[in-house]
Amino acid sequence: MKAEPIVEVSGLWTEFGDHLVHRDLNLAVMPGEVVSLVGGSGSGKTTLLRQMLGLERPKRGSIRVFGVPLRGSDPELLARIRRRWGVLFQHGALYSALDVFDNVALPLRELHAFDEDLIRDAVMLKLDTVGIERRHAGRMPFDLSGGMVKRVALARALVLEPELLFLDEPTAGLDPDRSDAFVALIRELHLKLHLTVVMATHDLDTLVSVSDRVAVLADQRVVICDELREVVRCEHPFIRNFFLGERGLRALSAMRAGAPQPV
Amino acid sequence: MQPAAFKPVRDPEVQAVTIGDGALTVQLSGAWDIRALESRVRALQTSLQEAVRAGGARWDLSRVDRLDHIGALLVWRAWGRRRPPELALKDEHRTFFESIERPAIAGPDEAAFDPLGLLVALGVRAIAVARHAYWILRLFGQVLLDAASLVRQPVLRPWREFSAGIYSIGGQALGITAMVGFLIGVVLSYLSAEQLRLVGADSLIINILGIGIIRELGPVTCAILVAGRSGSAITAQLGVMRVTEELDALSVMGISRTLRLVLPKLAALGVTLPLLVLWTSGVALIGGALSAQIELDISAQQFLSGLPGAVPAVNLWLGVGKGVVFGALIGLIACHFGLRIQPNTASLAAGTTRSVVSSITAVIVADAIFAVLFSDVGWELR
Repeated sequence: MKAEPIVEVSGLWTEFGDHLVHRDLNLAVMPGEVVSLVGGSGSGKTTLLRQMLGLERPKRGSIRVFGVPLRGSDPELLARIRRRWGVLFQHGALYSALDVFDNVALPLRELHAFDEDLIRDAVMLKLDTVGIERRHAGRMPFDLSGGMVKRVALARALVLEPELLFLDEPTAGLDPDRSDAFVALIRELHLKLHLTVVMATHDLDTLVSVSDRVAVLADQRVVICDELREVVRCEHPFIRNFFLGERGLRALSAMRAGAPQPV
Repeated sequence: MQPAAFKPVRDPEVQAVTIGDGALTVQLSGAWDIRALESRVRALQTSLQEAVRAGGARWDLSRVDRLDHIGALLVWRAWGRRRPPELALKDEHRTFFESIERPAIAGPDEAAFDPLGLLVALGVRAIAVARHAYWILRLFGQVLLDAASLVRQPVLRPWREFSAGIYSIGGQALGITAMVGFLIGVVLSYLSAEQLRLVGADSLIINILGIGIIRELGPVTCAILVAGRSGSAITAQLGVMRVTEELDALSVMGISRTLRLVLPKLAALGVTLPLLVLWTSGVALIGGALSAQIELDISAQQFLSGLPGAVPAVNLWLGVGKGVVFGALIGLIACHFGLRIQPNTASLAAGTTRSVVSSITAVIVADAIFAVLFSDVGWELR
């Protein structure tokens, strides 16, 4: 059974002024898998993610999500696509004027389909899923710690039951404990709900513990997109540096030893 | 793994059937996920409730193709927030009901009504106002101490900040204060001229405009404009410095924020506002004189020569003095609220609003106090 890719980037060129970010970049994400985008600072991970979300305009090439090209499609169709994906921004992007509950409820309310009672239950359910207690539901975003902001933002990303989840640096700015817990949460969601996950990260531990495949961005393109043990064998200088440096070896050895993942 | 997204989807359906032993079985089939439910949730809710009311105790969900939390919630709520006695469910759909049944979601919470709530809220407000006043007084004291220390250490005097303040508070406000002042002079002159003509006391227009503008309208108008223009700017500037941690950076370098930020702004306001008051009053008088010429045929020359006789010079000093006090008030309140902004956008907006409203209120309260204190001063003695 050959499935169609859920996200397909082909021949993508991105330019900011004179600065070329992507040169003929190709990437396909298959349904149900977790793909991590890695690369050095400024390698265009976040830009690639923004391209997949339709927030940037490609100079050349095409991006299809759920088989629908992001450029030139019917706006109504695109709006339907957007409800099938959830996005976790790097800094959470919670609406500062709304409290935790209203932030998570907003996408549901925007559908104008469900009554307030059902929305309330659904929001509480999602907050519970990400481990936010209901007594925090009335707090404002500025009142939350960094870890809580990320979890509330994840709850908001999940509230429309997405099939595809984009995560931009999901563990950046979290302490190692929180970061491990967040990764465990994402893995659990992936297993339970069979989400497809595309995530930009430069955190090796996150990468090692959740990725099915790793796409390495370097030289303005995806150098390799494969399972981690294949990626590590690649001779590219960035990969040698990134994975076979001291930190990389530590993370990889933890994986090889089959060390139990912290929960 | 093939995602459900690409499978053909059947619409969600509710069917009540009777099989075997005659008990009623409710069968759900099709896709029970958010995208399928979105458009037909009300109809489904109704048919679910009907099925429950018809006594459906046996539920068969094994024909449901797709389920998610929203769909599971919908069904679970129709059951009255608990599982029916007999339930057939696909294994992969079990997880949705399991997460719904965790205690965190069950049951609504009621906000208790507090009969004393209004009184408590009022008290909280009053205490907050008193606390703000206290902190503003402390800030003022700190600034005075800083100023005293500058007398001894002239090297530290923040001249650049001071002159920048004079330019942004005074220089850039010349246009708007002149325009508003001129129009106020015109309005006041037209209004009074009508009344004065009735009683034939045309020349009293000089007294009305002179006293009214120099003593009252000039300083207050000017202070309100500056509170809106510079007070908000000062609050926002300090607030942004809080958000970007610049205030903390100053602290760890051992640089006093009152000395570097508050004192120069306060000094600039205290110096600039009286000058702006003179400027505004002057332009307002010109506006008033022009209108008086048109309305009452009192020439500008007559107006100017009558002014010193009608308005004792002490009124001018009163106006200037008000300018100094208003300037200090605006500066203190703006800096106070600016320094208290929390590092987030909501607090920035609220702080700026509060700063402008408080400083305009304070200016008007202070003006009333002036009016009472100086009620015997500055009137023409005949």
